[in-house]
Amino acid sequence: MTPQQRAPVGRPAGGDRLGRLLNLVPYLLARPGIEVAEAAADFRISEKQLREDLELLWVCGLPGYGPGDLIDMALDGDRVTITYDAGIDRPLRLNPDEALALVVALRMLAETPGIGSRDAIERALAKIENATGDLGDAPVAVRLPAGTERLEAIRGIVERRHAMKITYYTAARDETTSRTIDPMRVLMVGNRGYLEAWCRRVEATRLFRVARIDGYEELDEPAAPPAKAVPHDVSDGIFRPSTELPLVTLRVGRASRWITEYYPCEEVRRDGDTWLVGMRVTDLGWAQRLVLGLGDVTVLSPAALVGQIRDQTNAALDQYATPQP
Amino acid sequence: MSRTRTERLVNLVICLLSTRRFLTAAQIAATVPGYEHDPEDPRDHDAFQRKFERDKAELRELGVPLETGLASAFDTEHGYRIAHREYALPDIPLEPDEAAAVGIAARLWQHAGLAAAASSGLAKLRAAGIEVDPQATLGVEPVVTVDPAFGPLTAAARSRRAVTFSYRVPEVDEPSTRRLQPWGVVCWQGRWYVVGHDRDRDATRCFRLSRIVGGVKAVGASGAFTPPENTDLISHVARYNGPIARNGRATVVVRPGCAAGLRRWASEVVSAPDGDRLTIAFSDVEWLASRLVGYGADVRAENPPELREAVIQQLKEVVARYEPAVLA
Repeated sequence: MTPQQRAPVGRPAGGDRLGRLLNLVPYLLARPGIEVAEAAADFRISEKQLREDLELLWVCGLPGYGPGDLIDMALDGDRVTITYDAGIDRPLRLNPDEALALVVALRMLAETPGIGSRDAIERALAKIENATGDLGDAPVAVRLPAGTERLEAIRGIVERRHAMKITYYTAARDETTSRTIDPMRVLMVGNRGYLEAWCRRVEATRLFRVARIDGYEELDEPAAPPAKAVPHDVSDGIFRPSTELPLVTLRVGRASRWITEYYPCEEVRRDGDTWLVGMRVTDLGWAQRLVLGLGDVTVLSPAALVGQIRDQTNAALDQYATPQP
Repeated sequence: MSRTRTERLVNLVICLLSTRRFLTAAQIAATVPGYEHDPEDPRDHDAFQRKFERDKAELRELGVPLETGLASAFDTEHGYRIAHREYALPDIPLEPDEAAAVGIAARLWQHAGLAAAASSGLAKLRAAGIEVDPQATLGVEPVVTVDPAFGPLTAAARSRRAVTFSYRVPEVDEPSTRRLQPWGVVCWQGRWYVVGHDRDRDATRCFRLSRIVGGVKAVGASGAFTPPENTDLISHVARYNGPIARNGRATVVVRPGCAAGLRRWASEVVSAPDGDRLTIAFSDVEWLASRLVGYGADVRAENPPELREAVIQQLKEVVARYEPAVLA
């Protein structure tokens, strides 16, 4: 997993008053008598700002032809109606960044396994691509993993707002547990599906990887996450190791260097033909299973993990010392 | 931007949208409030021209299609106009469920880079009279993050400009400079790649965006190459050879209550005095052996013999690796 950064693309939506004004005229034209408050909310600006925008537009218009050619509107208390648009009757067409952002997002949605309304997404995508011409022909292709029946079924339970009983495998502790949960939402992060739910067993919000839900049962009772069940902020990835977790230092050979791209690492430092890698782990048992599965990784610290690996592998070898019965 | 300038620009747009003839700078100055100046005074005239140039640049930046041309065969000076057909967003007849999908799509980038572009695009659709239900959901929320290289690479692919960037693969120490004609960007299984013609290797290559170090630089002219027709970008990235055939059958003895991760792969579990005997389907002996080694003394490979041998071999290697260094 790499730290995902935010790529600045396009113009800032908020600071662009000119763009907003050019949108505002056709927006109001399409909604005669709309409440000022509602329009302001749609543009994500204050009512005061919207009224200032209207004042500015009110003195704009066709040059030199007299007051009848200025943008005109009827402000009736809290409602506004455009009575003359001075030719700005349509919004500006989508620019390349806008077309790209919408088209690629729709392609993403259409590819997301287990999603509802796929038909509406595909129709919307076709219409936007058609309306944006060459711009809609975005040089971006999207393929996500094929939908799994499990994800589809779980989404159904979430939509019916029912509680669930699940059998869940926790890789960090290598244990399978049975829990009753109150589902909240289904997420796709990268190519992995997650079910976010209130777990009654640990009394906290948890993200369950769908691939590790080994069994599930829809309960005949409503999902009732308590008010304190707050969804995770997953914008920076699912696993963000805390500095309170034990730090494991590894010597990593070239063939296993990929793990530094796959798991969040605190430090990666070149040392001769190998790399010294520091990573935080939830559980030393998990670290043992990880490094023993990799041929060219050696644990340097903590000593407890080194000792554990020595004892475990020696004991494991002893099992094979006596011929099988 | 000052209120005066914003007002002047709105007026400029209205003026140029209302004319069919190309209007010269002088004609525009005579009609749009804010451009008043004395054309006879060179300093005043210069100031106007600079102001007008800045305003034109601002409109073009916003995406306003400013056309230039001669009003008639007798004119010598270029004029300006905006063709309504080029300016206006075409009618997009979205049904309510389609509009809801677009609204959700625009929210997709909430956590990532293209959020601003998506929401300003959505604002234009709303301005065209389309109602978007902000409460709509689709049951599954994709969380999409993009790498910083996404913006410059898609822009270069669109304008068919070559790019250079530093690229670092984990197995190699130093990043190397790559020169690429980018055909397009691919999201495959949640990861981003760029596919194109590698100018140094003279072959089709794909690069993972997360491995690009630093910025992406566009070089040379636009329209410098043509991607092969009907290229399936995904086929260059996807390496899927069908489902893995797990034809091998292993028997593994596991201590009671241990190795939950192995138990969930087992097709059969039989309890015996020395532990639980699992039957596991596998395709690669070495791979399964490395999983078993991870569980240390909690598991013992029983069958087939090559699995048993592989486990013993791997365990011996680990033991040797952790042997305390012998002092000379």
